[in-house]
Amino acid sequence: MSSTEEKAGGFLAIELDGAGYESLARAVLAAESAGFHVATFADAPAPGRVNALQRAAYAGPLTRNIALVPEVDTVYTEPFHISTQLASLDYVSGGRAGWIATAANSPEAAAAVGRSIVEGDALAQEAAASIEVGRRLWDSWEDDAVIRDVATGRYIDVDKLHYVDFETPADFAGPAYSVKGPSIIPRPLQGQLPVLAAASLVGDGLVSVDAVDAVLVSAPTPELLAAEVRDVRARLGAVAIVAELDVVLDSRGQAAASRLDTSQDDGRARFVGSAAGLIGLLDSLLKEADGVRLHPAVLDVELEELSRLVLPELRRRGSLRAPMQDGTFRELLGVGPAENRYSTSAAATAAAGK
Amino acid sequence: MTQHNRAIFQPSGQIQFGIFFQGVNSGTIWKASESGSQTDFESFRHIVQTAERGKFAAFFLGEGLRLREHLGRPHALDVVGRPDAQTMLAALAAVTTNIGLVATQNTTYNDPADLAHRLSSLDLISGGRAAWNVVTTDNAWTGANFRRGGYLDHADRYKHAEAFVETAKRIWDSWETSSGPARRVLHEGQHYTVDVSPRLPRSAQYRPVLFQAGDSPEGRDFAARQADVIFSAHPKFDDAVEFRRDIVARSVAAGRGANAVQIMPASEFILAATDQEAQEKKAWVRSLQIGPQQAIAYLEQFWGRELTEYDPDGPLPEIDPVVEETSETRGSGFHGAKARQLADQWRAEAKDKGFSIRQFVTSRTARVDATFTGSYTAVADHLAEFARVGAVDGFNISPWLIPTGLDDIVNHLVPELQERGVYPTEYRGTTLRENLGLETPVRSPERVGA
Repeated sequence: MSSTEEKAGGFLAIELDGAGYESLARAVLAAESAGFHVATFADAPAPGRVNALQRAAYAGPLTRNIALVPEVDTVYTEPFHISTQLASLDYVSGGRAGWIATAANSPEAAAAVGRSIVEGDALAQEAAASIEVGRRLWDSWEDDAVIRDVATGRYIDVDKLHYVDFETPADFAGPAYSVKGPSIIPRPLQGQLPVLAAASLVGDGLVSVDAVDAVLVSAPTPELLAAEVRDVRARLGAVAIVAELDVVLDSRGQAAASRLDTSQDDGRARFVGSAAGLIGLLDSLLKEADGVRLHPAVLDVELEELSRLVLPELRRRGSLRAPMQDGTFRELLGVGPAENRYSTSAAATAAAGK
Repeated sequence: MTQHNRAIFQPSGQIQFGIFFQGVNSGTIWKASESGSQTDFESFRHIVQTAERGKFAAFFLGEGLRLREHLGRPHALDVVGRPDAQTMLAALAAVTTNIGLVATQNTTYNDPADLAHRLSSLDLISGGRAAWNVVTTDNAWTGANFRRGGYLDHADRYKHAEAFVETAKRIWDSWETSSGPARRVLHEGQHYTVDVSPRLPRSAQYRPVLFQAGDSPEGRDFAARQADVIFSAHPKFDDAVEFRRDIVARSVAAGRGANAVQIMPASEFILAATDQEAQEKKAWVRSLQIGPQQAIAYLEQFWGRELTEYDPDGPLPEIDPVVEETSETRGSGFHGAKARQLADQWRAEAKDKGFSIRQFVTSRTARVDATFTGSYTAVADHLAEFARVGAVDGFNISPWLIPTGLDDIVNHLVPELQERGVYPTEYRGTTLRENLGLETPVRSPERVGA
C-alpha cells in the first residue's frame, strides 16, 4: 500500500492512555490540533483508567477530524455488546471510529468474569470469532433499511434486516457459542469500522488477514522496526501497517535519557532522544509503514514537543498526509467503501430468482 | 435526624423531571414532518441540551438486547434501532454539565465486574452524573445473542439481580480513598464467580445512582433494599399516593429511611396553550402513534397470526388466536390457553364500548394512565398538588417526538412550575445525587472486602 502512496504521506497516531478522565478533553483536543490523524485509547488494566471505548465516545463530540480508536478485548467481553458499542461510537464521532481488537491473556481478566484463562492460539480464535460477529452485526442492517414509509406504516424494510446466525467453528478451543442478530442499531456510518489488531494475532490459523484493515507492528528496537514492517508486509500482503513506537524526548531542559523509566519494558521499540532525531526516524519509518503510532512516555510532556517541533517539520517535508477534514477513518486508511455482504447476496438471489 | 424521624416520610414540596429516550416503541411518532432521526447524534444532543436548559434531573436511555419481532420477523411498524446506552451517554457527557445520565442495563446479559467498571467510567467521565437503571431479563430468546444464552430461571431473576447489584456496590466501595488502595472483590454465586481488583476510585457522587422499575412485590422489595429512585408505573394521583405509602413501608422495613427511595413515574405530556387545543393535539398524537397498520399488528401479536384482511375501522376479529405458536419469547406476554380467553374478553369489551379495532388498540396501548393532557397552567396546577403531598418526587417523561419533544415542556410548563415554587430554578450541584437530593451512601464495612 505504501509503495504506491508515498507521495500522500503517512499518518500519525497517538496513544492517549496517559490522559486520565480529568484531562481527557484537553489531551484529545491537543492531539487533534497538533495534527495527529488518530487517537487510540488503551484498555489498560491500570488504576485510574476508565473504559477505553467510553473515553473515545466522550472525545467524539469534542473533535472533528481525528479518528478515535479504542482497544476492546475480544476474549472476555460479549461480542454482541462490543459490536453495538462500536457502532454507537461511529455515530457519536460522525464516522471516525475504529477498533483495536485485543485478546486479553491475563489471569485477572479471566477471574473478573469467572472464566478459565484463554491462552496460545485460542486467543486468536476468540479474537477472530468476535471480529466476525462484530462485522456481521454491522452489516445486518442494510444502509437503506430505515424507510419511514408513511403510506404502508413501515418504519423499516424487514427484507433489509438480517439474522447473522453466527456459530463458533467446530474446532473452536473455548466454549462454543452462537449469536443470532440482527444488530439493535442501524449499520454504522462507515458501514464497517476499520478493525486493527496486533500483527502477532493475524495470519494463517490466526485472525484472517481479510478480517482486519490494519495491523500493528512491533519490534524490539527502533533500528529493527522498519525491517519488521517489511517482513510483516511480505507475510500478510496488502493490509495497512502501523508501526508501534515508544517515545521519550528531550524536554524542558531535561535530556530524554534522564527521563527514561527503565523499569518499563513493553516489548515495543523505544526512541529516546531529541526531536530532530525522532523526525529523522519517523521520516524513514513513514516510507515503510502506512502510519506510526506513538506511545509517549509522559503524555503532556511528549505531546507538547511533538506538537511544537516534530509534526510541523514532518509536514514540511511532506511525510504526513493532510489531516482528515470531515472524513471517515476508512478514508484515512484508504480502504474504500465497505460493501454490505447481505445486500450483495440479496441482490444476487433476486437476480437468480428472475 | 433521629431514628423516629427517619421513619416518617416528609414531602419535599418539589418535583423534578427526567426524560426517557426510549428509542424503540410505538409511542414515538415518526410519521410527522417534525420527526427527526432516532440514531443521529444531533437528535440526542438537541434533546439532552433542551432538558438541561429546563433543569431536568436526568436523561435516560433504554437498552436493546435483541431486535423486537412480529410474527417471527423484525417488527417493521414502530421506531426500532438505537445506540448503546453507555456509549451515547459518554458522548453526551462531553456536551452537558449538570444533567444526570442514566443507562438502562440488564443484570442477566452483562458481567458484574465489567458493567460496574463501565458505569464507574461513565460516572468519572461525567463528573459524578451517572446512574444505572437496573433491569432484569431471563428469556432464552434474548440470550440467543449472548455467550451464556438463556441460563436463568424466571423465578431466580431478582435473586440474581440483587447479587449482581450487591457485587457492583462492593466494587464501587472498594477504594479506600481517591488514590487507593483498592480491596479485591470476590463473589461466588450460582451462575458465576467474580474475582476482581477494581481499577477506579469513587466519583464526585460516590457511586452511580441506582434506578429500578420492578413493580411486582419482589421487584418493590428489591428496589426498597437497593435503589435510590424507583421508575414507577403509577403516575395517577391516588395510585401514586398509594404506591408511595407502600414504598415508604417497604424501605423502612428494609432498614432505610422513609425518604431514602425516591419515586419518578413514567409519563407522557401533551400540552398546549388551552385545554381544548391540548385535547385536539392528543387526538393528533394518538392517530400517529396507532395508525391502521399498527392497530392490526397489535392484535396479531396476541392472535399469533396475520390479520391483514381485517378492517382496522371494523370490529375485532371473530377468528380465534393460534395458541400453540405464540410464545413468551416474543415478549407479548400472552401465550397458550390464555390467548383465547384474552381474545374473548377483548371482543366483549370492544363490543360493549362500540370500539373499532383501531379505537380499541388505541385505548389499550396509549399511556392512558400516564398521560398529562391540558393547558400549561392546568397541568402545572395539577403537578403542584403532587408536590404538595409528596405523591412523587418527579416524572420521567417519554417524549412522543424526537428531537423537539421537550421544547414546549421546557419553554412553557417548566416556567409555570417554577412560578409555583415547586420546580428547581437552578441545579443544586453538579452531581446527580446532589440534584436529586439523595444522601451520600455510607461505605458499609461489612460489605467491603473478601
